[in-house]
Amino acid sequence: MKLRTGIVIAVLVVVLAVVLAACSQAAPQVIEKTVVVTQVVEKEVEKEVVATPTPEAKPYEGVEVNIVTFTGPQIAEPLQRRAPDFEAMTGAKINIITVPFSDLYTKILTDAATGTNSFDAWVFAPQWMVDYILPGYMEDLTDRVANDPQIEWDDIAPFFRDFSASYNGKIYTIPLDGDFHMGYYRSDLIDSPPKTWDEYLEIAKKFQGQDLNGDGDPDFGSCVSMKRGAQAYWFIHTIAAPYIQSKGTSQGVFFNTKDMEPLVNNAAFSKALDIYNEMKDYGPPDSLNLDVGDTRALFTSGRCALSIDWGDIGTLAIDPDTSVVADKTGAMIAPGSTEVLNWDTGELVPCSEGDNCPYAVDGVNHAPYAAFGGWSGGVNAAADPKVKDAAYAFFSYMSAPAQSNEDVTIGITGFNPYRQSQFLNRELWVKAGMSPDFASNYLGAIEDSLNSPNMVLDLRIPQNQKYQQVILDTAVSQFMAGEISKEDAMKQIYDGWQELTDELGRDDQLAAYKGTLGQK
Amino acid sequence: MEPTRQETATSTSATNKPKPTRKRPFSGKEGMASSVFIWPALLVVLLLSIFPLLVSLYLSFSRFKFVKGGFEVKWIGLLNYKKLLFGSEKTHFLGKMEQPTTLGWIIFIGITVLLIVTLIHYYRSDRRSTGGLIFRAIVYAILIAFAWLLVITTFSQGGRPGTMVVTWIYVFVGIVIQYAVALLLAVILTQQLPGRRFFRVIFLLPMMITPVGVAYLFRMLTDTGKGPFAPLWQAAGLGMYSWVNDPWGARIAIIIGDAWQWIPFMFIVLLAALEGQSMEQREAALVDGANRWQIFWNITMPQIIPVTITVVLIRMIEAFKIVDLPNVLTNGGPGTATESLTLHAYFSWRALDLGGSAAIAYSLLIVVTFFGIAYINILRRRFVEE
Repeated sequence: MKLRTGIVIAVLVVVLAVVLAACSQAAPQVIEKTVVVTQVVEKEVEKEVVATPTPEAKPYEGVEVNIVTFTGPQIAEPLQRRAPDFEAMTGAKINIITVPFSDLYTKILTDAATGTNSFDAWVFAPQWMVDYILPGYMEDLTDRVANDPQIEWDDIAPFFRDFSASYNGKIYTIPLDGDFHMGYYRSDLIDSPPKTWDEYLEIAKKFQGQDLNGDGDPDFGSCVSMKRGAQAYWFIHTIAAPYIQSKGTSQGVFFNTKDMEPLVNNAAFSKALDIYNEMKDYGPPDSLNLDVGDTRALFTSGRCALSIDWGDIGTLAIDPDTSVVADKTGAMIAPGSTEVLNWDTGELVPCSEGDNCPYAVDGVNHAPYAAFGGWSGGVNAAADPKVKDAAYAFFSYMSAPAQSNEDVTIGITGFNPYRQSQFLNRELWVKAGMSPDFASNYLGAIEDSLNSPNMVLDLRIPQNQKYQQVILDTAVSQFMAGEISKEDAMKQIYDGWQELTDELGRDDQLAAYKGTLGQK
Repeated sequence: MEPTRQETATSTSATNKPKPTRKRPFSGKEGMASSVFIWPALLVVLLLSIFPLLVSLYLSFSRFKFVKGGFEVKWIGLLNYKKLLFGSEKTHFLGKMEQPTTLGWIIFIGITVLLIVTLIHYYRSDRRSTGGLIFRAIVYAILIAFAWLLVITTFSQGGRPGTMVVTWIYVFVGIVIQYAVALLLAVILTQQLPGRRFFRVIFLLPMMITPVGVAYLFRMLTDTGKGPFAPLWQAAGLGMYSWVNDPWGARIAIIIGDAWQWIPFMFIVLLAALEGQSMEQREAALVDGANRWQIFWNITMPQIIPVTITVVLIRMIEAFKIVDLPNVLTNGGPGTATESLTLHAYFSWRALDLGGSAAIAYSLLIVVTFFGIAYINILRRRFVEE
């Protein structure tokens, strides 16, 4: 027995020794092989340079860039479509990785924070950048932009250049898209588009249940996304904005700039919740389960009289493969209100009284909401320098007018206009299939929003994702499902935002909020 | 290692001989060698299960935060649990509590009376013990508290069940439906019907599909606008109604989807139990003139009770962890109506509230352990061991 035990131990020791020896030898072998490969590549490049006198060609040969964005097809589609062209030009291989929208913020943050760094660059909501910049995960792109004539930085509309792309005077993202919430209506059915939310509901009610596309089935008055955990949580502030903000962009709609008290427990937000809830009655029966992709498809298939969306419906409407409303679509600035919030009393007061609405047009206060800010590209500071250069070059290529001016006219891209040349050159849009009238109407609606002195900026303080995508989204969706009352929803958002503000530091959050609004 | 039966027999028969010393299976170098072989496996088990369990327990008492250059885990004591039970997450986790309706009172009083009668019955029985009585009193008190939570959130005017109660509904309503349908199918297939082998395979198919696949399947089936049942829905005049917009409609859709997937599991186990029962008693009952129902209720059911109790226990533990269906089918909506505890934990984790997520996961662990232990100790011992 002892002999057998001895043999077992001896065998074990030998096996362990062999494994250890193998492990200790493995690393140098790999390094040796790597060196050989590198030499081969260098030699090949040298040969190529001698053969073709174009040394600038393929500057990123052998470089691979992993870019994460959300599960499309929008946004991912143009990146995937143009990646092979970029590779042919520069040699850089671009891999587009997609994750659900609700996971995108966390995936980027955890990937960078844990040091995994499996993503070299990100195409994401620029409002989240504050959470990536402060811990040092994002690459400062200011110098690269300054030395890059190809990107034509000055052509990008000032709002997207200064607000969406920059933080504390430095450039961190490259805009690929321009985003505003705006309204759409069926121009063959509606002569005069709604100016206020009350008019919007009136028209929606009128068309609810009527056959709008001639297929014999009843259709819907209004198609607006209301799905939880998707991209619907911005809509409540699109409705609330004209009731809350009337004194210009620097006033803000989320917090009182005196003490960071949330502006969600007042008559204006209450009215917005009522309107959003009533919209449900004039929409598809499963509206609580519809994301923006679903409502866009419903509008372009002729099933909705009205819709609220980003700029996407405008370009999707002219797609002959999917749209039946190509010449029946009108675009408008998001509806406004004839009464606004008195911030001191928390009650609504008429615009017609005194100087309540200095920017009102025909007595209607509009406050177009720059929701989201437009998909933008950022670079991971921890990536390899050559990879960072290639990632920036790819975003610059995507954003350059030669590519971008075409992409913003294609519905499936999800990219909406953000360059001045895209607004000025109407021929571009007519060439893409828009009638001259609709091109003027569509671009005019975006320009009206962009140029409004009362435009609403999106929330861009630390943890804005938790304020909006978690606390606000949960409470609003519970209210819309009839699970909680309006008062409970407002209290839940108020308490949740207050709790988070206190947790993160009220003074710091207030300073950050005032900073984004341009207040001191 | 225990001594073999032969060794034991030898030692008991030879009583006059000196008692042989019990030989340790491994000693000295042998023991060391066995340790060398066992330890790697043990370390893997410790590393993969105990370590994460302890880390998540620690996380449930902490706040996780990303800071410059890494992350910070700060000890905050019971704050995460306090938030769930009394703070801002209370309505999400437990639900909105209101005065019960008449039906709510009837249900609560019914459950309470039933539990008290069961306790008295146990007290009067021969098998009672002081430990058993205390154990049952504690378990029944907790069950009555749970019943009260169910009633004030679900059977009340203006109340709403939280993720805890919604999970109970998935578990208990789901299991009752699954057991009833599976037993019916199993009984039908024990009859000498043509094509029963074919149906046996067909009935098993849903179990083979991944839960996410089932969820997508039901997402399509429950789509009343574009799904295959849309024409029927329109014809019935329900074109402007969708059940996923209604909290209870959405919960029912998930219970049906879950039942569709797990009925086959119960069915195959119950079928095996039915086919394995002794025929003598059935034949004797037939000779005595018993009808089919009497045979089923008095002879078949008692024989399949042990299997029933085991299969229900397995399903109960599994059903508490439901996440795929509500996540894919409704994304927890409308609102938070279909969110289960696991999905609630996942959403908290996704919002980077790792401490809150761990607290929910531990609450789930405690509840599952409570129901599991109570079930085994009270029901199993009563029906199986007696």
